Amino acid sequence: MNGGARVSAHARVTAAPGGALPVLRGEGALALRRTRGEPGRAQVTVVGAMSVPLTGDSLRLTAVVEPGAALSVTSAAATLALPGQGAREPATYDTELTVGEGGELRWLPEPVISVRGSALRMTTRVTLAATARLVLREQQVLGRAGEEPGSLTTRLVVAHGGRALLDQELACGPGAPGWDGGAVIGGHRAVGQLLVVDPALAEKPAEPLALGATAVLTPLVGPAALVTAVAPDALALRGLLDRGAAALGVV
Amino acid sequence: MTAAALLLLADGRFPAGAHAHSGGAEEAVRAGRITGPETLAAFCRGRLHTAGLTAAALAAAACAGAVPPGALDAAADARTPSPALRATARRLGRQLLRAARATWPAPELDAVARDHPGGLHQPVVLGLAARAAGLAPRDAALAAAYESVGGPTTATVRLLGLDPFDATAVTARLAGDLDRVADLATAAADDAAARGTDALPAASAPLLDIAAEAHAARPVRLFAS
Amino acid sequence: MHLDHRETYPPRHTSRLRDDGTRRALRVGLGGPVGSGKTATVAALCATLRDRLSIAVVTNDIYTREDAEFLLRNAVLPAERITAVETGACPHTAIRDDISANLEAVEELERTTGPLDLILVESGGDNLTATFSSGLVDAQIFVIDVAAGDDIPRKGGPGITAADLLVVNKTDLAPHVGSDLEAMARDAKAQRGDLPVAFTSLRAPDGVRPVADWVGERLAAWRAVA
Repeated sequence: MNGGARVSAHARVTAAPGGALPVLRGEGALALRRTRGEPGRAQVTVVGAMSVPLTGDSLRLTAVVEPGAALSVTSAAATLALPGQGAREPATYDTELTVGEGGELRWLPEPVISVRGSALRMTTRVTLAATARLVLREQQVLGRAGEEPGSLTTRLVVAHGGRALLDQELACGPGAPGWDGGAVIGGHRAVGQLLVVDPALAEKPAEPLALGATAVLTPLVGPAALVTAVAPDALALRGLLDRGAAALGVV
Repeated sequence: MTAAALLLLADGRFPAGAHAHSGGAEEAVRAGRITGPETLAAFCRGRLHTAGLTAAALAAAACAGAVPPGALDAAADARTPSPALRATARRLGRQLLRAARATWPAPELDAVARDHPGGLHQPVVLGLAARAAGLAPRDAALAAAYESVGGPTTATVRLLGLDPFDATAVTARLAGDLDRVADLATAAADDAAARGTDALPAASAPLLDIAAEAHAARPVRLFAS
Repeated sequence: MHLDHRETYPPRHTSRLRDDGTRRALRVGLGGPVGSGKTATVAALCATLRDRLSIAVVTNDIYTREDAEFLLRNAVLPAERITAVETGACPHTAIRDDISANLEAVEELERTTGPLDLILVESGGDNLTATFSSGLVDAQIFVIDVAAGDDIPRKGGPGITAADLLVVNKTDLAPHVGSDLEAMARDAKAQRGDLPVAFTSLRAPDGVRPVADWVGERLAAWRAVA
């Protein structure tokens, strides 16, 4: 453990048309690597140099997709939220994503695993221009195998064309009353969302679709659809989100 | 302000259509997630701190009057990914508006009926009704929070034949949580007056959203939601 | 805020006029125990009256949507004229104590398919104490049948005593179940005084005629008032 020393890191990436990355700057625990992508599309992998964040750490990730540009972001491995010695404040992990007109962002990181005793607050703010496209997946795993989770709060705020499109916060673990009851998670240990925003969905909105008993695809108010899923484990969760992605044609 | 108006507004007998809705309890019973008093308590606590908190803050903000009802309704849409729950919220909003206009006539309520013929999300209307009744934002928040657990509890008594004394005890033991949620919601509504609707809580409950769509698709059901 | 509300009550659903100033449809409720023939009566009424009246129906199924689907299957009305309301396991609450879902359904039908002459609101099958609120319907019909026992009129209850029309259905079964129609008529008279009673057998050709005629009279009276 890091003995109470706080890590603070801010990584930035900016994608320009044609697959260029005018900004690609990792920091500390958050290293960014350009990886092989399709022609005209930049691909970046977030490489966590160590198991972060520890309770008390503060991480930031900023991605900008310029008008007409396309960017895919993945991560090399799951992010492990770990307890920090002596830390009182939860770790924070703030992601800010901006996509300009005609731009496209695929934001597909590996899951976050909330380890017993940890405390992490993740916030993802997405600002989309009216003609921007987005595929965003987030997955949370509540505890390692057979372990109770730490405290994990995730908020996803998406604005599209200047208006609120989606605002969802989920709190699990100690300090989140009723999180494991039948209204919220109901004994499951993996939870996730897949958000697809595409102007084409304004013409032809998605129909609500049950993906088994614990996942659903729903149209939002706007050119967007959301897959919401809970599952016993990360593998099953990924399967449900992939089914939703297939139904939305964004595999 | 009059405490009696709050009792009236929060009374399950207030004729605003809530009796035909289970707040997700019917589907949870069907899936085996509510089986008795303990699981009902866990369900209600989770619903209170998620959908209940979000609704309470919308109600408090509507009652405070600093944010226009239409903006609060858009914030409610962004916090309600399930189209079935959006439709239910608007339907209950229209029904509550009808009852509120008869109970506490106010030009503001007439204006809402005129400007939003499709209805507003129920918590927004609840806040406006509370305002017309002379209540404060925290009263509106408390009424919304109470409703978020009262609905499932009453429904479970009918669905499971649960002992009504046990069910009522479940609600009674949530009293402290209800007050805390009302406090959080009221503070958030204050924030929203200064910072806009982004300051409102967006606490969500994945299983409520998932189950609401399954419920809406069922040909056979006792409760509308 | 303003706590001194007016002492008079604002005109609402009880108004005879719609928002645009035109006369709204007459609303007739049909209640009665499970299996007495409410849905069959509604279907027969629609079939008999639909050529001369513009009609819509709200059903309040208890658990299924069978009543609405029965009406659809028998094509007595186009689908957009039939709305089903869920009642949360309390059908009497939905027509009496908290009528908001039914009112909403009634007004929605009038808005989307109107102008209408007649809206029939069928309650979910319930017990003998269920009656409609005057805030929801202008007149109500209580449907019982001979097969459930010829002592039902004698037992009374709000539906039997106070409905604007009592329908005793399935008279064709009376000989088979040993029900005494004359005794039923006598008991009904004792309970209801001058309020009308109609004996029907929907299996007979034009069997719903007495009920249809009564509805016709109510509608004429409704229209006679400005």
